[in-house]
Amino acid sequence: MLLARIVGTVVATRKDPRLVSNKLLLARPIDPKGKAEGNYLVAIDTVDAGVGETVLIVSGSSARMASGMKDTPVDAAVVGIIDNIDVSE
Amino acid sequence: MQLARVIGDVVATVKDPNFDSIKLLLVQPIGADGQDVGRALVAVDSVGAGVGETVFFVRGKEASFPWHPLEVPADAGIVGIVDHYTVATDSTQIRLR
Repeated sequence: MLLARIVGTVVATRKDPRLVSNKLLLARPIDPKGKAEGNYLVAIDTVDAGVGETVLIVSGSSARMASGMKDTPVDAAVVGIIDNIDVSE
Repeated sequence: MQLARVIGDVVATVKDPNFDSIKLLLVQPIGADGQDVGRALVAVDSVGAGVGETVFFVRGKEASFPWHPLEVPADAGIVGIVDHYTVATDSTQIRLR
């Protein structure tokens, strides 16, 4: 799973019907120290995350195993809000 | 599967209910020489790994299989703790512990 910071929201009126009433968030992956890296991605929110929060994002087919995402066309889902990252090395 | 070093842990109170009582660890993929390769990522732990240990982890939906039939929404999971490994190409054995 990726660590990421929520940087915005995405609104789409026309979308796959299975995505209706799901919140879309714009996320920027970060490294464990908090530095942004890589490209932005659009992720479905399953934990009520908000802009500015550090989150855990699951990608690929596993995203469909997130709560309520069964059989939906998603490949990235926010599945946790990070309280603390402890890097010991 | 890929070799990695466990470099830390991650705490999340608000999370998918299927993550309850599953440990989330920060892993840094490594090469055969033990050097870091690529980005660190978060993996679920099914074998009781800890910080500083060399492990191997699986990517993709298979990461949730240790908890089957529970559908843990994970795309990376630690499935083994490495005792030692050898690199046969140059007959040098890299012993980790």
